[in-house]
Amino acid sequence: MSAVRPMPVRRIAGGVPLRFRAVAVGAGCLLLALVFGVLAVGGGDYPMSPSDVVRTVLGGGSPAEDFIVNELRLPRVVTALLVGAALALAGAVFQSLVRNPLGSPDLLGFTQGSSAGALLVVVTGGGSAALAGGAVIGGIVTGVVIYALSWRGGLHGHRLVLVGIGATAILTGVNGYLLTRGRLMEAARAMLWLTGSLDGRGWGDVLPLLAAMAVLAPVVLLGCARPLSLLEMGDDLARGLGVRVQGVRLVLLAAAVLLTSLAAAAAGPVSFVALTAPHLARRMTRAPGPNLLASACTGAALLTGADLAAQRLFAGHQLPVGVVTGVLGGGYLVWLLAAQRKAGRI
Amino acid sequence: MTETIAPETSGRGYGVAGMHDDGPRLSGDALTLSYDKRVVAEGLDVAIPDRSFTVIIGPNACGKSTLLRALARTLRPAAGTVLLDGRDITSLPVKTVARTLGLLPQTSVAPDGITVAELVGRGRYPHQRLLRQWSADDERVVRESMEATGVADLAGRPVDELSGGQRQRVWIAMALAQETPLLLLDEPTTYLDIAHQIEVLDLCARLHEERGRTLVAVLHDLNHAARYATHLIAMRDGRVVAAGAPGEVMTAGLVEDVFRLPCRVIDDPETGTPLVVPAARRRAESAARTTS
Amino acid sequence: MVVTESPQINAPARVPRKRAENGRRAAALLGSAIALAAVLVLSLGFGARQLSPAEVWHGLVDADSAAYTVVHQMRLPRTLLGLLAGVALGVAGGVMQALTRNPLADPGLLGINAGASAAVATAAGLLGVATFQGYVWFALAGAAAVSVLVYAVGGGRAATPARLALAGAAVNAALYSYVNGTMLLDAASLETMRFWTVGSLASAQGTTAAMTAPIVAVGLLLALALARPLNALALGDESARSLGAHPARVRAGAIVAVTLLCGAATAACGPIVFVGLMVPHLVRALTGPDQRWMLPCCALLAPVLLLGADVLGRLVARPGELQAGIVTAVLGGPLFLYFVRRKVRA
Repeated sequence: MSAVRPMPVRRIAGGVPLRFRAVAVGAGCLLLALVFGVLAVGGGDYPMSPSDVVRTVLGGGSPAEDFIVNELRLPRVVTALLVGAALALAGAVFQSLVRNPLGSPDLLGFTQGSSAGALLVVVTGGGSAALAGGAVIGGIVTGVVIYALSWRGGLHGHRLVLVGIGATAILTGVNGYLLTRGRLMEAARAMLWLTGSLDGRGWGDVLPLLAAMAVLAPVVLLGCARPLSLLEMGDDLARGLGVRVQGVRLVLLAAAVLLTSLAAAAAGPVSFVALTAPHLARRMTRAPGPNLLASACTGAALLTGADLAAQRLFAGHQLPVGVVTGVLGGGYLVWLLAAQRKAGRI
Repeated sequence: MTETIAPETSGRGYGVAGMHDDGPRLSGDALTLSYDKRVVAEGLDVAIPDRSFTVIIGPNACGKSTLLRALARTLRPAAGTVLLDGRDITSLPVKTVARTLGLLPQTSVAPDGITVAELVGRGRYPHQRLLRQWSADDERVVRESMEATGVADLAGRPVDELSGGQRQRVWIAMALAQETPLLLLDEPTTYLDIAHQIEVLDLCARLHEERGRTLVAVLHDLNHAARYATHLIAMRDGRVVAAGAPGEVMTAGLVEDVFRLPCRVIDDPETGTPLVVPAARRRAESAARTTS
Repeated sequence: MVVTESPQINAPARVPRKRAENGRRAAALLGSAIALAAVLVLSLGFGARQLSPAEVWHGLVDADSAAYTVVHQMRLPRTLLGLLAGVALGVAGGVMQALTRNPLADPGLLGINAGASAAVATAAGLLGVATFQGYVWFALAGAAAVSVLVYAVGGGRAATPARLALAGAAVNAALYSYVNGTMLLDAASLETMRFWTVGSLASAQGTTAAMTAPIVAVGLLLALALARPLNALALGDESARSLGAHPARVRAGAIVAVTLLCGAATAACGPIVFVGLMVPHLVRALTGPDQRWMLPCCALLAPVLLLGADVLGRLVARPGELQAGIVTAVLGGPLFLYFVRRKVRA
């Protein structure tokens, strides 16, 4: 073996350059999300230039512009930003916890739980506030049940995946049944909700998610990111390094379930954001580990971009945003499966 | 190997409860160990002599890895206590324990694309706090750990690209970066060829001799155990059959008792430690006939 | 992660007492046949209109009796379709579990039924194909596409149960979001598809059964012919080749069989999960892992389950009915979770 050479400075452990890259990716995505947002606010029956939009948001517009931007269009964009960030954060946490790149909440039953709760409200003829409440309660109840069923002397990623898939299959059956129970009008409304849509969102829809993000994002990003990156290396090792394995896992799961359910309550179960955003973030940062911050920013950019496309793609015909993410996500998934297969990871 | 080992320069004091001079720092008292409801060991007493290189041997499924996991508090005993510096290990704060006792488990996963330096850096977790995430001290310890294990040249390489022997040295570097006076290794030589096995064990021996760390390892190869250990623990069916210096413990009678393997024990021509030579088939069969 | 110390022992160490073994298997086969006969009688005997056994018998054989129309137009096609779909799903599940060497393989969980659904949704929603004779071919094509995909992901190298199941769940999610999208496009297809996607025998007609029968028969014969080579393949590709089997040919044949069986079953009664998972598990406990006994036994027991679920759905929700697909999901889901909790150690 050769004598020790001094290490190249650039590659220092846990080093600054890598962190800088992650922060730069996060900032870049956030900027992109804001640009999409400004463009989305500027479009519609009353077009506005980006500079007018920014001026109005900052409080310098005419009363008419102020109403159109700050009351009608801005809530939709803010919802898209927050839902994208929340879903992506939850997805990154889940993928890391179950140590599988496909382990996102829409595949593990949590989203279907929200859907079941919301469908129950639709079929019984509830209003939109009740619908949001149903989604949150359905998601939380499903999360608790899946957690309880996966628990056996500790929680293991492996079993969580299988229990989640079982729950998904059962709930898909239940949701199908609920769809057949309603009248056609109700079924159509439920179908639109199930696809995920941001149409007509007001500040009232945003606030619960905003509050949850304000509390949970710091908890997850500051408190749990490091233990989570150690958990990826195996429970024994993490415990040996002083991580409270089950405690950290419970906190992270609870946070991810809450974020998923509240996002579903705000915009419906928008598919594939939670799956794809963490992957894209990882490709851009090239850093191992959960990449939580970069994922959240990527998710925000992804959903605002998808919503912009959904509004503009077909002139005069607005698609629900879930259709766009579904199509994009499906294509990405096929590519991902092929790549994972090649790398021997599935 | 030509590199020199940097002397232990850390000014940080070890120790949990300050000084304590009665008995070893790590011991297990009347341990009952089980997975779910399957009991692996009952009423197990072990003591790890301070500053020893203790090796645990025994046939498959005798509970040696289980014992190691219990000592590292990754498995909570169904009964009995593991004592670290005279206190119940489960009652101590987890990060305090992690600064005193390190574990290298068999089932560790290197995250995709992680570099050697980053992986070793993750061993610094118990020394970090929310507001003081990465310090010059961390930087220095990581570098020293990589130098001590001879992986400093690989610092920027992704772990997935390394050979088995290199990878194992990286994991050991990570455990070293944890800077614990006690280090537990679960079968550190599995899946390595003979040259890499010796390389890893030589490294362990140097860590033990030159830095005065207490090492506990589970090993399968009896001759490696006899050559490197300063203290041997032989287990069978969840019980400690013998414990002591290799020269006293490793006898033909013990190997036959523990492994059901007729053998001769001779002196290792290199080191003079015991060398176990399994009996040839015919001799073994005739021996079996005479005993029955 | 818990390290289990005991090695997994698959093969019994003792030499099986051949005659006793075969006796037990024959008994299992006979028992399954009797159970099937019983459930066929139940399915003919129960319905919206209460008929005595004698009336049913007259309706079956006597063209002039009052019950002739009910029995021949409604109950007989429904029972025959349940029989065919059950055989198809059970045998397909058995073949897939052998092919992927994975005890959690199921045509529903791995997305093959969803592939057929997506193709049917395309045919019904976008191309206006409304008859079973029209869309059965689409269903076969969709099932074939997903079979190949799943095989590519999980067939070659040994994928762990969790990973294969997760890949299947991802495919399912993508396809269902596509199906939902087509349903959003026009209300007419929503009206028919929302009943079809839950999986039901209720809309059975004589022509559907007549059309399904030959496809299922071909698939069944192919599967039975593959039983012996599948036994060899269970030992791994290397061993199979050294025993004189052609792994690639066997796989291709098995995929064709699974495609025919799942495509026909899904086109006839919608996507039904868990039948293909549960039945092979039950049968393996009865006959052991020999495919030559397992597959016929699956063919007999699976329709018992499906028709039983159908009868149960008609009984519990009187005067309406619960679709068979929902009953199997609600009954099968807990069984799946039970397997997961019992079998999968972390």
